[in-house]
Amino acid sequence: MTETQELEQLVKREYKYGFTTDIEQEIIPPGLDEDVVRMISAKKNEPEFMLEWRLSAFRQWKKMAEPEWAHVHYPKIDYQALSYYAAPKTQEELDAEAPESLDDVDPKLLETYEKLGIPLHERAALAGVKGANVAVDAVFDSVSVTTTFKEKLAEAGVIFCSFSEAVENHPELVQKYLGTVVPQGDNFFAALNSAVFSDGSFVYVPKGVTCPMELSTYFRINAQNTGQFERTLIVAEEGASVSYLEGCTAPQRDENQLHAAVVELVALDDAEIKYSTVQNWYPGDEEGKGGIYNFVTKRGECRGDRSKITWTQVEAGSAITWKYPSCVLKGDDSVGEFYSVAVGNNYQQIDSGTKMVHLGSRTRSTIVSKGISAGRAENAYRGLVHIGKTSKDARNFTQCDSLLIGDRCGAHTFPYIEAKNSSAQVEHEATTSKVSDDQMFYLRSRGLSEEDAMNMVVNGFCKEVFNELPMEFAVEAQALLAVSLEGSVG
Amino acid sequence: MALLEIKNLHAEIDGKEILKGIDLSINAGEVHAIMGPNGSGKSTLCHVLGGRDGYEVTKGSITFDGHDLLEMETEERAIAGLLLGFQHPVEIPGVKNIYLLKEALNAKREAQGLDEIDTFSFMKQVRELVASMNMDDAFLHRGVNAGFSGGEKKRNEILQMLLLEPKLALLDETDSGLDIDALKVVSDGINRMRGEERGIILVTHYQRLLNYVEPDFVHVLYKGRIIKSGDKSLAHRLEAEGYQEILEEAS
Repeated sequence: MTETQELEQLVKREYKYGFTTDIEQEIIPPGLDEDVVRMISAKKNEPEFMLEWRLSAFRQWKKMAEPEWAHVHYPKIDYQALSYYAAPKTQEELDAEAPESLDDVDPKLLETYEKLGIPLHERAALAGVKGANVAVDAVFDSVSVTTTFKEKLAEAGVIFCSFSEAVENHPELVQKYLGTVVPQGDNFFAALNSAVFSDGSFVYVPKGVTCPMELSTYFRINAQNTGQFERTLIVAEEGASVSYLEGCTAPQRDENQLHAAVVELVALDDAEIKYSTVQNWYPGDEEGKGGIYNFVTKRGECRGDRSKITWTQVEAGSAITWKYPSCVLKGDDSVGEFYSVAVGNNYQQIDSGTKMVHLGSRTRSTIVSKGISAGRAENAYRGLVHIGKTSKDARNFTQCDSLLIGDRCGAHTFPYIEAKNSSAQVEHEATTSKVSDDQMFYLRSRGLSEEDAMNMVVNGFCKEVFNELPMEFAVEAQALLAVSLEGSVG
Repeated sequence: MALLEIKNLHAEIDGKEILKGIDLSINAGEVHAIMGPNGSGKSTLCHVLGGRDGYEVTKGSITFDGHDLLEMETEERAIAGLLLGFQHPVEIPGVKNIYLLKEALNAKREAQGLDEIDTFSFMKQVRELVASMNMDDAFLHRGVNAGFSGGEKKRNEILQMLLLEPKLALLDETDSGLDIDALKVVSDGINRMRGEERGIILVTHYQRLLNYVEPDFVHVLYKGRIIKSGDKSLAHRLEAEGYQEILEEAS
């Protein structure tokens, strides 16, 4: 059998998280106009400033065109055919306090957690078991169902809650920081998100506080034909530090689903934010049918001197990924880091990378991007390193590696470097390699199965990025890569 | 029954016949050397025994420890106890040597119905073996063969053999690229593997290795056939007279 035939035979895996939870949904009918924006805001009992903010975003969005520069292809999205809000009916009052115990939560949802493979200790955390130390703000579709550990975090002065709660309980913080990193009109998808975002997470770590635990959120898309518009805002004040984990998976379905999230990070003087993502949205079937469109705007601003923001991501799912977690290095001596593994199999399309915008002096950035393509996937790295006029002695190091599995996938690299200050030092290294027959034969001749051998080579390739993930996440990431590449060897 | 029984083996690559009727029988407890000039089919034989893709067996049979070897995948052969030591061990960047050792050992244990080895006894065993191969522990934490010198790569192959304890060790040009000190260490490792339960095949171009590992049998491979077999004195003759004379004699 030829290599190609073997690939064909082996590139057959099913999405392991294919299921929909049967919870009644309250859905606004499809379509988007100002009334819908007002309705969303009203449903969430938002203050006037939020409504005005949404409306302003909506007006900007109406004038904008969907971007077409990315190396991805998909049929035109009919934004008037999407429904922009869904909330589970199972909770009697949407604005009620999150339940103290999981006994109060719909058992179907608990089943969902189980199927998602949320680790036991995190389920324990969800259940409020003493000693568990990962706080989980679970977003079930659009409304937070349960939030744990709030009290323990509150002792440290850390606010970790759903975005809706933040709007209700800390409107002054939301008003002060929302949209200051990603403005409403930043881009088409960010503007759409700003107009209709449903919910998300809010984190505020006050001056000098090190967040006592890693914060973790699981996102799921659960309503049929409902675009998802999550909004996350993390603020670390002077000298504060926080590590935030975001992981997600979605149920199998036929329709394409739009996911346009916005994440904003603000780090003041000496603050540090570490944001880690393991993304496993439904990627579509082996013929490329269905799957999530993941059009995300993630940006952090090192607003203060000596601040640091690290993005670490493992992108395994989605039919299309359009995502560039970026750092604006405003403060002097601030540091931005981006570590990424993006894996595409079957017909997945990925256009991802980062932007490092150096404005302050002696700012440093590191980019390590590992792209893996299998099947007929197209994987593009797109990265911008911008050194502004005002930035003296800025440094950047970029390493961009691509790994190809099989001979029908593609890897592309689009690096952009703009240096406007001659004191800058910018390094760019790029490699493209294939998993070689020699490597596979060597490992198999040691008794490893084809799949184990492939996983070993791929994990070795990704090691520098996995090393940046928090321990439990690194283990999950490896498992996820194994699932994603299942059947891609030959 | 012989541990390895090769009968009338014909094999080709890209339609070109390389092995043209090999017969070879190896019993447990024996060390066989297969010698031959460049292009005689030594590496092809190793790859066919290892089950590498791209080599097509057109005729003949191979029985290993009662199994039809040609019906088995590469990893099944390894787990059944046939281990190939590579002439050019490949680099696997980012994968720690110790991780591969552990995975390989556990693959074998799993097939035997055993639990995964516990980390403590694994580390103890591995450290002893590393020391016995004159290697540093730091070597375990480097990427598999990544940046290894030629000698380190070959020592690593022997280290894997010592840990995985195959029924049949097939060593392809294990002596190539070794300085005299490394050759001694590697030979010593091979000699420690010798035992009643185990067969060893040394595939080599030169007689040098055989000064340190004395074979019970020597075979001369030429143009895809074994043209002469004998005891260790055959290797000495080859060293003294070169291949030419023996080739002429055989033809």
